[in-house]
Amino acid sequence: MPEGSQYVRIDGLKRYFDVSAPWLVRAIEGRPRQIVQAVDGIDIEIAKGETFSLVGESGCGKSTVARLVVGLYPPTAGKIVFDGNDMADRRRQGAHSTLRRRMQMIFQDPFASLNPRWRVFDIIAEPIRAFGLSKNKADLEKQVGDLLKQVRLTPADGRKYPHEFSGGQRQRISIARALASQPEFLVCDEPTSALDVSVQAQILNLMMDLQRRLQLTYLFISHNLAVVYHISTRVGVMYLGRLVEQAPTDTLFKRPKHPYTRMLLDTIPDLDMTGRQRAPVAGEVPSPLNPPSGCTFHPRCPFANERCKTERPKALPIEGGTVACHGIEEGRIPIEDRVYAARG
Amino acid sequence: MATNNPPLLEVKNLRVEFPTRRGTLVAVDDVSFDIAPGEVLGVVGESGAGKSLTGNAIIGLLEPPGRIAGGEIRLEGKRIDNLPYEEMRKIRGARIGAIFQDPLTSLNPLYSVSHQLVETIQTHMPLSAAAAKARALDLLKEVGIPGAEQRIDHYPHQFSGGMRQRVVIALALCAGPRLIVADEPTTALDVSIQAQIIALLKKLGREHGTAVMLVTHDMGVIAETADRVAVMYAGRIVEVGPVRDVIKHAQHPYTKGLMGSIPSLGVRTERLTQIDGSMPRLNEIPKGCAFNPRCTVRGERCLVERPELMVAGASRAACWLHDPQGVGKPVAPVRETIDA
Repeated sequence: MPEGSQYVRIDGLKRYFDVSAPWLVRAIEGRPRQIVQAVDGIDIEIAKGETFSLVGESGCGKSTVARLVVGLYPPTAGKIVFDGNDMADRRRQGAHSTLRRRMQMIFQDPFASLNPRWRVFDIIAEPIRAFGLSKNKADLEKQVGDLLKQVRLTPADGRKYPHEFSGGQRQRISIARALASQPEFLVCDEPTSALDVSVQAQILNLMMDLQRRLQLTYLFISHNLAVVYHISTRVGVMYLGRLVEQAPTDTLFKRPKHPYTRMLLDTIPDLDMTGRQRAPVAGEVPSPLNPPSGCTFHPRCPFANERCKTERPKALPIEGGTVACHGIEEGRIPIEDRVYAARG
Repeated sequence: MATNNPPLLEVKNLRVEFPTRRGTLVAVDDVSFDIAPGEVLGVVGESGAGKSLTGNAIIGLLEPPGRIAGGEIRLEGKRIDNLPYEEMRKIRGARIGAIFQDPLTSLNPLYSVSHQLVETIQTHMPLSAAAAKARALDLLKEVGIPGAEQRIDHYPHQFSGGMRQRVVIALALCAGPRLIVADEPTTALDVSIQAQIIALLKKLGREHGTAVMLVTHDMGVIAETADRVAVMYAGRIVEVGPVRDVIKHAQHPYTKGLMGSIPSLGVRTERLTQIDGSMPRLNEIPKGCAFNPRCTVRGERCLVERPELMVAGASRAACWLHDPQGVGKPVAPVRETIDA
């Protein structure tokens, strides 16, 4: 990708959280500070109109990245550049609120992300009011009505409260609210993981329709690889705060390189596997409080050697993506094509 | 498969009701199935389909005001649905084990794992404290907890999610039950841990001949684990059959839609198949077939007459399409259903 053509660029992004005990307790008991390296140096580039997905297991830092991108947390280090504007400069007022308007977020839990005491109309109208996007009351009502129709609800639903809707309908309301400020970039943090599969299909279809119609760019966070395969243009795989591999979707699924990506792909329960034994992987994700040295995946990796235990691998370009793995760099790990059976 | 043996668990015309001020809600309606020894029966459905209630009814843990209003449940030929609380308590744990979704809430945070295991073992088996502890240790080893000798004295919060779920499984196995009712045992876990837990459940079933009723909304988990699967919709079983047949050759329009809506790694399509609309609320279940307003192939008969399970390919499905008389004159699906 030529420099500067990226719509969203994330450069060396880090976010550490201090989870130490209070100062006095530390002083008395002689305990050290404890820092969680939730996001530990991530580089991502997202082109306009594409869907970039981040996958990983719980605790790998993918939701923290989402929150950093929309500015809910300030980064510890690194920068986020949105359409040529460094988000760190946002204290220069004016530019800030315009940028804010252009990016919105959809959260995981449609039960917690809507104010139960507000009518749906007011929930959706809030961004319009906050950014002063409506001329008068009639215009506001029309905008909210159109938004509701866009997500396949009716304008009359604006009179109701969130508790009157099912989970999938509430997620539609969240999407309508996110679209209210006419954004170009949506950060979606596990938007379908609280929903049943048939409802998930409805929401994913809606999100893809909206993307085509409104030329939206998505940063999509999910732990479900099948969903990610379905919706993304490019995919990044995170493990313990680091991006271990990123590649165009087809490349990632057909020719996975990093041993962790392969492990994740091996563990997906797929319907075609009836009777087939999933290869269970030994071990669990280590605590991010005390991550392993070198490549953080080495304790679980079947290919690990001495170098992996001591030296942190760099992300190196390969087949249109990047991989951070010594084994791949040295050519120790063979790269194989994977074949998936179409469901009959 | 063990189809010739008499069933271990028999559920016949089970009906679970919730009396409310506005009338009685029927949450599980006329559900019948059986499980053979050593068999894994998967029960799938969306939230509110009645799958967990069916499981709870079997282990006798329906939350009041919910109650069994009809039908019977037999374990090894003996009725267990009408037993007094104390007698049911003796069966639960001893002959039926239960595993719930959230391993943190099914363990007592104030007692060590060994205390909880020993208590359960001694409740159901005449063993001395030392013998019970030895058994507890064996169980922890069996469910694959590394360093079981040290870990046995730890408290639940010292275990990770996957390890906790193993402890819960050990707890369910304490008295060597014949049947385990597992309600969403892997839903709270990461995929890589999920695979470990499923492999464990399968291994236990094989080695002990324990039957498992696996309640989940995750078709992938069912595909790998279950021998047979029952699909529930609005409180009823709409299709039941061998897992391969149900997945590859679904016979009920709802099952077909459900399978299509699961994203697959094999093919990438522009759109996922979606079932328009949402499952009806319990107080507004339509007449005839409960699925008819969302069904694309419904006919006049579906609006008035409720289908029972009937032979459909290798499975049984509750759909008039499989009746010699068919669905009658085609009726277009309800257009204005609002999606869920």
